[in-house]
Amino acid sequence: MSASNTTPAPTALPVTPAKKFDWLPLMPWIYTIGLFLIWELGVRLSGVSHTIMPAPSRIFEAIIQYWGAIQRHSIQTLYTTSVGFLMAVVGGLALGLLIGWSRMIYAGLYPLMVGFNAIPKVAVVPILVIWFGIGTVPAILTAFLIAFFPIVVNVATGLATIEPETEDVLRALGAKKMDIMLKVGIPRSMPYFFGSLKIAITLAFVGSVISETVAANSGLGYMMSAAQSQFNVPLVWAGLIMLAVEGIAMYALMAWIEKRTTGWAHRSQTMAG
Amino acid sequence: MGASLVTIDNVDMRYGGADGTLAVSGLNMVVERGEFAAVVGPSGCGKSTLMKLVTGLHIPQQGLVTVAGIHVTKPVSIVGMAFQNPTMLPWRTTLDNVLLPLEIVERHRRRLRKHKKEYVEKAEHLLETVGLKGFGSKYPWQLSGGMQQRANLCRALIHEPELLMLDEPFGALDAFTREELWQVIRDLHASQDVTIVLVTHDLREAVFLADNVHVMSARPGKILKVHKIGFARPRDLSVMYEAEFNDVVQGLRGEIADARAVA
Ligand SMILES: Nc1ncnc2c1ncn2[C@@H]1O[C@H](COP(=O)(O)OP(=O)(O)OP(=O)(O)O)[C@@H](O)[C@H]1O
Ligand SMILES: [Mg+2]
Repeated sequence: MSASNTTPAPTALPVTPAKKFDWLPLMPWIYTIGLFLIWELGVRLSGVSHTIMPAPSRIFEAIIQYWGAIQRHSIQTLYTTSVGFLMAVVGGLALGLLIGWSRMIYAGLYPLMVGFNAIPKVAVVPILVIWFGIGTVPAILTAFLIAFFPIVVNVATGLATIEPETEDVLRALGAKKMDIMLKVGIPRSMPYFFGSLKIAITLAFVGSVISETVAANSGLGYMMSAAQSQFNVPLVWAGLIMLAVEGIAMYALMAWIEKRTTGWAHRSQTMAG
Repeated sequence: MGASLVTIDNVDMRYGGADGTLAVSGLNMVVERGEFAAVVGPSGCGKSTLMKLVTGLHIPQQGLVTVAGIHVTKPVSIVGMAFQNPTMLPWRTTLDNVLLPLEIVERHRRRLRKHKKEYVEKAEHLLETVGLKGFGSKYPWQLSGGMQQRANLCRALIHEPELLMLDEPFGALDAFTREELWQVIRDLHASQDVTIVLVTHDLREAVFLADNVHVMSARPGKILKVHKIGFARPRDLSVMYEAEFNDVVQGLRGEIADARAVA
């Protein structure tokens, strides 16, 4: 009885409508469609030749027209990128842990790694071609080489920034280096690691496409350079669109994995703030 | 030595090589088994260094540290430690944080898997003693600072250390929470067979809790004087409003002011 007395009838409060449509999840689609619309209109109104800047409708036409080839090359690129990326994940994690483990290894390898990372990977492709011939292997290795570094650096950073107090508490209990790594170092570096995957997958696409453009006979990079030499500009753009789609999909996958595995890091930050 | 749990004998500790900072010099200290010792002194005088010497995190260049009659040359696992900032691991629940030492300390880690239930019960009991009943499943970042510090104490106690080393564990807390935790510590000390060394800046805290208050000099630190605190146990918070209590605190304050002035 008393509850019904104190609580005003909900119908008396029209201030908050029962259901408000949530536009937020739709915003990416709205903006994407908007971009294509503006692009389409811009090209049509200005009358730019489609050999310079094809309208989206022309590009989608090309996608449908060449779908068989585009599909094959897209799968090839996705394959080389993913394999290179997975190698970078395994290698980067291993080397990152090794570097974070020992100051000696860190001191020795760090300058080498910085120098190695400074080399433009496109310059490595010819060497890879000499070793492995043109095709899939150089594309995989270029993706691997370029995606490797951010993973190593991030994992090593996670390990190197363990709070000294935490380490002291564990060492005072008789913890060995291995214990500290397993209990603190590795869990602690996981947010850094998963965060780096988003950067690494984007870079892996850069690597595989570079290599395919220079030295391959399949993959989107190859398809685009071949289309370009035949002045098939809409097909070049179709390749770009496919790359963007694959890139977004893989990035979203990495972001999802990151969120699933290391939610505590995000929550603890927002809570601390 | 007999009943002494900790002895520090003429210890010098220098950080960072031959011409580094001399943190403590000519340090002597004895803590009896079951005693509650407090260490006070000017800031930077080497109190934290003393704690690390006793736990074996640092090995002195000169002098001898023994714990339970054994010369300390590496970390001693009969010790529990808690610092000013609670070093809870954010990816573990509070309960798992409290259980962490058991995964490390040699004599427990082998039993842990088989006797998990028994250990979890013990951890939950500890959490209950410090007023954290039901919070075991929460993550540390879901707890307030004071609650984290309580959980921190539980973690320092879970492996039943003979010696509990507390380095300004209540520094970051408000006055009420601090008083509450003083009572928690006091009751822990009374009910369990544990020796406690507490570093603090709060002289009232030191006098309220300790049997002996060790006053350190400015850096390089050594013990200038040991005050025996005679108030009968169990002590109630009201003891702090007695004139005698304030006299002791005033005396300590004067000594530390002198120690700072000398530096
Ligand atoms: N890891 C370190 N490397 C070099 N010098 C250090 C290190 N730790 C402490 N010191 C120095 O040793 C001295 C004593 O430090 P310590 O941390 O023991 O002081 P403290 O009494 O605990 O101070 P506070 O009351 O501020 O906590 C200080 O002068 C400090 O600069
Ligand atoms: Mg200190």
